Amino acid sequence: MTAPHRHGGPAAAAPRASTPAWRLVATLAIAGAISGWLVSSVYQWTLPAIEQHAAEREKAAVYEVLGAPARWDTLYLVDDALTRIAPAKTGFARAPRAFVGFDADGERLGVAITGTEPGFQDNVTIMVGFNPETGALIGFRVLEQKETPGLGDKIENDTIFTGQFAGQVPPLRGVKSPAGGKTDEVQTITGATISSRAVVRIINNAIASWSPLLAAWDQGGAK
Amino acid sequence: MTAGASPPPANQPEFVPGAPPPAALTTDIWRGIARDNPVLVQLLGLCPAMAVTNTLANGLAMGTATMLVLLGSELFVSLLRKVIPHEVRITSYVLIIATFVTVVDLLLAATFPDISKALGPFMPLIVVNCMVLGRAEAFAAKVRPVRAMADAVGMGLGFTLALVLISGLRELLGMGSLLGANLLGPNFEPWVFMVMPPGGFLTLGIILLCMAWFTDIRRRRAQEAA
Repeated sequence: MTAPHRHGGPAAAAPRASTPAWRLVATLAIAGAISGWLVSSVYQWTLPAIEQHAAEREKAAVYEVLGAPARWDTLYLVDDALTRIAPAKTGFARAPRAFVGFDADGERLGVAITGTEPGFQDNVTIMVGFNPETGALIGFRVLEQKETPGLGDKIENDTIFTGQFAGQVPPLRGVKSPAGGKTDEVQTITGATISSRAVVRIINNAIASWSPLLAAWDQGGAK
Repeated sequence: MTAGASPPPANQPEFVPGAPPPAALTTDIWRGIARDNPVLVQLLGLCPAMAVTNTLANGLAMGTATMLVLLGSELFVSLLRKVIPHEVRITSYVLIIATFVTVVDLLLAATFPDISKALGPFMPLIVVNCMVLGRAEAFAAKVRPVRAMADAVGMGLGFTLALVLISGLRELLGMGSLLGANLLGPNFEPWVFMVMPPGGFLTLGIILLCMAWFTDIRRRRAQEAA
C-alpha cells in the first residue's frame, strides 16, 4: 500500500507510486500458474464421477433411442473398421461407438450412433437410433447442447419437434412448413431454425458416415 | 463514504482509501441480506436472476453456487489485498473469480449432474456476474479476511434469497409445483408464460415494485412521526 493519507482531501487524489512492470508480470504469472494448477487438480479429482454420470446418461439414451431393447452390443470404431474389442484408452479421446440393440427374442431392433457438430453456440451431440434394413429412424436424444435457453434448447425439450423423427427416413430436410405425409421432412422450430437444422444435419451426417461401416460389419464381422 | 473525513480510531492503524466504515460482523452479514440486497436493492446480477429462475431447484442451485464463488473469491481477494499491485487488480480478481467458478462448476457436475445440466452455460457465466467482481473491488479488497467472509455470506444469502423468491413464484405459477412436487392440483392451468424468459422480467418487476412501495410507506410514516 502507498503512504497513509490520514487527513484532508478525497482519497482518489492521493498520489500513488507506480509499480514496476516486472512485479505486475510476476503477479499475474504466479496467479495464473496457481489457478491453473488448482483447476487441473480439481478436474482430475472430479473426472471419474463426471465420466460415470456421462456413462449412465449414455445407457439411458441407448435404451430410449432404440425403443427399449432387451440388450445391446457395443461396437468400437478402430482404424476405419468396427470391432467388438474395446481399444485401450489413450488420452482424452474415446473411440467412436455404435450400439446394436436386440429385443428379447434376439431380433435386431436397430443401431444407435452418436454425432457431434456445431449448433448455434457450441457443439451439439446427438444419439440417434435407426434401423439399418429400412433406414427408418427409431428415435434420437440430445446428449450435450449449449443452445440458447428457451429457444435453441427446444431441440431437446419440445416434444412436438422431437416426436416427428420416428419413422422418418434420412436424409432428412428441415422445412418451415412441411407438406405433410413425406418421410424426409421435419418441421423446424420457430425461433430456433439454426438449432433445428443442426439436429437434422447431425442425424443425416452420422447415418451417412456410419452406414457403410455397419454394412461392412454385417457382411464380415457379425458372423 | 467517510473516507478522509475523520481520523481513524486508534485500534485500526491501517487506513485504506475508500474502505467501508468499521462495522460488527453481524452488520456485515445482514447488510447483504436486507439493506443492500444485491438483486433487490443494488440491482446487480440480474442476468442469472432472470435466466435460471424458471424452477426453484435451479434458483437454489444458482444461489448456492454463487455464494460458494463469493466465499472463495472474497477470501482470496482479501488475503492478497496487499500483494496484488493496484494496476492489475481487476485482472487478478477476475482470475481468482474464474478459478473458483470453474472449481464450483466441476464439483457441481460431479455431484449433481442434473442440476449442472439444467444450469448449463449460466454456471460459467458467474465469472462475469458484476455482483461478484463488485464485492471484490468495493469491499473484500479493502477489509480484513474475516469481514470479507462475513460480506460474502451476507451477499450470497441475499442473492440466494432473491433467486428463491423469484424462482419460487415462477415455478408455482408456471408449473403449479415447487421443487417438482405438484401443489396446486390437476385443475390448475399452468401459466406457461411465467417459466419463459418474459416471466422473469415480469416477476422481478413486480417484486421491485412491491419493494419500492413498502420503502415509500415506511419513509412517509417516518416523516409523519417526525
